[in-house]
Amino acid sequence: MTFEQIIFYLFSAVLVTAAVGMVTVRNPVYAALCLILSFFTSAALWLLLEAEFLGIVLVLVYVGAVMVLFLFVIMMLDLNLDPLKEGFARYAPVGFLVAAVIAVEMIMVLQSGPFQTTTPAAAAPANNTEALGAILYTDYVYPFEIAAVILVVAIIAAIVLTLRRRPDARKQDISQQVQVRREDRVRLVKMKAETKEQA
Amino acid sequence: MIPLSHFLIVAALLFAISVAGMFINRKNVLILLMCIEMMLLSVNLNFVAFSHYLGDMAGQVFVFFILTVAAAEAAIGLAILVVLFRNRRTINVQELDAMKG
Repeated sequence: MTFEQIIFYLFSAVLVTAAVGMVTVRNPVYAALCLILSFFTSAALWLLLEAEFLGIVLVLVYVGAVMVLFLFVIMMLDLNLDPLKEGFARYAPVGFLVAAVIAVEMIMVLQSGPFQTTTPAAAAPANNTEALGAILYTDYVYPFEIAAVILVVAIIAAIVLTLRRRPDARKQDISQQVQVRREDRVRLVKMKAETKEQA
Repeated sequence: MIPLSHFLIVAALLFAISVAGMFINRKNVLILLMCIEMMLLSVNLNFVAFSHYLGDMAGQVFVFFILTVAAAEAAIGLAILVVLFRNRRTINVQELDAMKG
């Protein structure tokens, strides 16, 4: 067994174990942590496949941003976990049955001829990031820009969805402040001057 | 050397586990979103494996776009989830029947 194979089987085992953990643990925080572990492990597998840029992006974007967002939401919501977990025993058999059927079918297909290749058809480029950039900014420049638009739409949608006006929040209204006139605030009262006897 | 099929089998197992997770955690929207992320991850693993063994960088470009769309989907999904929880005080799928679908 070569070092590469040992790495591959080790990380695959960790990946599948983390995935099983994610779907079976009770606490959503543990599920998110299992998902983080599986993202890290997949990043390692991608490095093994000489996709260095995507491996780093997976760690930065997924572990660094998306999963932190998940953890924020899990901790922000005050979840009552008991009703969410009932039906585990009821649905687990059918779930595992469907999963087993899918897995067996796919593995049977993957045992056939064209998937048994062990050597890449072409040598990977020495600089993965450079090769990816060269193709991304030329052949795929329109999809790239559409992806940027999708991200902007997602940002705006997320902000608009979660924005709410709280009636009890105190805040300044600048336009009201500058519209104030002297008559609204100052009242001149005419009164007689006091005489010496009254004092 | 590791054959291509082994990478694909790992991705298939990952996909099947996520499908099982959707059955098991069918009441918790948060875990459902995580299962979707895991499915996209397994598809990405397929793309990267094919890209490596067929010597074509286009597969990695597709992974790049899938990552983008998945990040956008997660952000919007979680925003909807937060609004849902604010209005209904629950994320139980069984109780989200306002539209009587």
